[in-house]
Amino acid sequence: MNVMSPQRPKLTAKDYTSDQEVRWCPGCGDYAIIKAVQRTLAELQVSKERTVFVSGIGCAARFPYYMETYGFHTIHGRAPAIATGVKLANPELDVWVVSGDGDCLSIGGNHTLHLLRRNVDLQLLLFNNEIYGLTKGQASPTSRPGTRSPSTPMGSVDSPVSAAQFALGSGARFVARSADILQKHLPVVLKRAHAHRGASFVEIFQNCIVYNDGAFRHFLEKGVAADAQVHVEHGEPLIFGKERNRGLRLRSGELALDVVTIGEDGVTEDDILKHDETNHTLATLLASMTPPTHPVALGVLYCDPAPTYEALVHDQVAAAKSKGGAADLDALLRRGHTWTVKPNGAAPAQ
Amino acid sequence: MTIDEVAEPEVSPAHREIESAVVRFAGDSGDGMQLTGSQFTLATALAGNDLATFPDFPAEIRAPAGTTYGVSAFQINFGARKIMTSGDQLDVLVAMNPAAFKTNIDDLKPGGVAFVDIGAFNEKNLRKAGYETDPLENGVADKYRVIKIDMSRLTLEAVKEHGLSQKEALRSKNMWALGLVYWMYGRKRRATVDWLSNKFAKRREISAANIAALNAGHAFGETAEMSAEVGRYEVPSAPIAPGEYRTITGTTGVAFGLIAGARFAGVDLTFCSYPITPASSVLHTLAGLKEYNVVTFQAEDEIAAVAAAIGASYAGNLGVTSSSGPGIALKAEAIGLAIAAEIPLVIINSQRAGPSTGMPTKTEQSDLYQAVFGRNADSPLPVISPNGVHDSFDMAIEAVRLATKYMTPVMLLTDGYIANASEPWRLPDLDSYERFPVSFRSEVEGFEPFMRDPQTLARPWVKPGTPELEHRIGGLERAAGSGHVSYDPDNHQAMTDARHAKIAGIANDIPLQAVDQGEATGDLVIVGWGSTYGAISRCVANLRDEGLSVSHVQIRHLWPLPANLGDLLRGFRHVTVAEMNTGQLLTLLRSEYLVPAEGLNKVTGKPFTIVEIEQAARRRLGVQQ
Repeated sequence: MNVMSPQRPKLTAKDYTSDQEVRWCPGCGDYAIIKAVQRTLAELQVSKERTVFVSGIGCAARFPYYMETYGFHTIHGRAPAIATGVKLANPELDVWVVSGDGDCLSIGGNHTLHLLRRNVDLQLLLFNNEIYGLTKGQASPTSRPGTRSPSTPMGSVDSPVSAAQFALGSGARFVARSADILQKHLPVVLKRAHAHRGASFVEIFQNCIVYNDGAFRHFLEKGVAADAQVHVEHGEPLIFGKERNRGLRLRSGELALDVVTIGEDGVTEDDILKHDETNHTLATLLASMTPPTHPVALGVLYCDPAPTYEALVHDQVAAAKSKGGAADLDALLRRGHTWTVKPNGAAPAQ
Repeated sequence: MTIDEVAEPEVSPAHREIESAVVRFAGDSGDGMQLTGSQFTLATALAGNDLATFPDFPAEIRAPAGTTYGVSAFQINFGARKIMTSGDQLDVLVAMNPAAFKTNIDDLKPGGVAFVDIGAFNEKNLRKAGYETDPLENGVADKYRVIKIDMSRLTLEAVKEHGLSQKEALRSKNMWALGLVYWMYGRKRRATVDWLSNKFAKRREISAANIAALNAGHAFGETAEMSAEVGRYEVPSAPIAPGEYRTITGTTGVAFGLIAGARFAGVDLTFCSYPITPASSVLHTLAGLKEYNVVTFQAEDEIAAVAAAIGASYAGNLGVTSSSGPGIALKAEAIGLAIAAEIPLVIINSQRAGPSTGMPTKTEQSDLYQAVFGRNADSPLPVISPNGVHDSFDMAIEAVRLATKYMTPVMLLTDGYIANASEPWRLPDLDSYERFPVSFRSEVEGFEPFMRDPQTLARPWVKPGTPELEHRIGGLERAAGSGHVSYDPDNHQAMTDARHAKIAGIANDIPLQAVDQGEATGDLVIVGWGSTYGAISRCVANLRDEGLSVSHVQIRHLWPLPANLGDLLRGFRHVTVAEMNTGQLLTLLRSEYLVPAEGLNKVTGKPFTIVEIEQAARRRLGVQQ
């Protein structure tokens, strides 16, 4: 649908880049993400004119201005709702929503919930940096307890929300995770999200160099990454580690995942759980894993397609049209009971 | 039993001819008074009378039975002449229980007829209504002609052959009462019988019982020789313009108007709303009209509703959202986005009494400030209002025209009264309506997203999907022309001025303000807007019959105001602005034109009576009745 005809010249990542000067802070993780998105669009050769980026408010929300596609920078938290309207009006458009942790999970949490449960066919990218950047560094709904910020000088006391668990709980049919610096992994995840029909939720761990630098160092930094991340692949064993000898095993008699080492305590590769991206319970377990006890699960945690919202809506319209006959305005006004008043004061006849 | 087994007697000489009558059905919210009223409305319209109605019901879905706050009422004024309001005082009150009697009897004319179901006047119901002694016995009702009938028992008897439970059987007593009032005014039962048969097509015993009750009430009038007690009346048909008619509520009018407007603009309609009283019925109506290519979206909240409508318009449909005051408040920020990004949007506000939750089912006109001013920053948008049920179709079309032509949100102010009241409506000739097809920009040469049409100052509407016109818009201030984010001081001044001028310029694209009745200069002009039209109109007609110099101006375009309005108002010695708020249009007119206008204001949740406006006009003119 969105693949361009072969006659047109091949588009490069640059063709998806607008002429506007990018105004993110130097070193911001957003640069890496936009590069990955532009590369992905070029690899997929998506049509520029059919592509729409919708955003709310926040650093991430400036994204559409830098894309040479259609773009709508809207208001805080409402991008999912605006994008829903776009898809209802024209289901053919290829819509990406770009949001941050404050935009998507705080002021816009309600809309995110409903976008996901309705399964509107679009990609929702959540740039999670666990901080409010544009408003200068307040704690966000994903900030870890104790986060010191201008609004929480003694440390935040509220529990954070897990974006991926929230998405799974909301009924999302596609939940994936990646990170700004994973320049090989991220485009793969984006391609999967784009291919999925329905709401594709992608949480991207993104570094805010000014207000929350190194928030994800404990699992993204080179030295620890291999042991602190598990890259999930459908049908493949959940193995990770520098030596590729660590894995996840279902604890016997309990619904929990244990980290085990192949070759120790009689553990073999056959003991390692295989990833099933259609298993909602497994996805929830994977989404809830945090270091240091567990690795962070990255990749497509869950993918189980269902009919899209806009398709179901338009099916009903089509059904009504096929049943309703000629829907002309004169017939509309005459729905129900009408009667005629004759000239010269004659009594009305039905 | 079917209607065919009951003769429909013609109006006989026994009927006394009267010019008009006001009837109110009042009962418990579970008694079906709204249905009863709408059936009487249809039968009356079919009898050729002109009419106006006033449905008045509680916010509670099933308030505890028998309480005063659970009373639901439906009033209809019908006549052999043009009917302008639902009527000041009642000729007939039907009271189905003590609570209905208590809350409505004061509106009955002295000597008026009250049909009372004494079957419901038991100790328990009297206590629930707050009566310590029976009002039918203690003399307070002596100035009325109270007709005590055990409607409950008579209904049970009439329907017993249909084998319903007592509870189900008693639900037909509204039809019994309707039958009696039909008898009194010589109304035909056919349309109601057809409606009952259709409505309960799957439960024949229910439709049969209701029809039996209707017939029994009618026969009761005949056999109990009610004529002697209450009389039978004929209200001859009114001089109604020939044509095809239907009954319509403001809700239906707005829904039909939106569909017609979208057709005239050549765009599809995407209607996004969140349930709220009294606006939900627009969503319900449009949800049932999908064959007209209408997409309806019940959003998760008011903000999502307006946001989705904006998204739909951005994508090339006409996005419409609908709510009532509190919901409109929630939408304010998003409306600002549509103003800034210059995107068409229609916002319908079925106003209700406030502030805050206020009185959801009671009518008021107190959201005019909110409509005109209720957003952050300089954020103008056009505000229009139908002057009654009959005007709702046309004004919904006008809202679509302005939104699409000027790339702007438009606020359409109705109110609870317009939304719910029903009136006969002559079906318009659709060919006579102006078409205003949208031309989506597809030409690449010279395109800029914030270039402006020199005449309308509107920017081009581009559908995403159009090749080579990819561009970005948003809520950040943008450079004139290119639309790029701009904090340039002169640009913000220019863009603010352009947004203002675009909306102000609409004054040149709307009709000059006409004088509805009377001369264009004189002693007094009564100015109204919205649903006050009927009361003001009748009042002015009455005063003019007495030779007083009074004119009537009803404003449909509230922002921007018609270009000639200031001069028009200055032609009168006195300007009285009648509105159901504490003086909102009054403030607009005084600030815009520096005219010494005065307010006539009422916020009881009920429409103006004609007498209230007449008294104010006489006071202003210094004349006694």
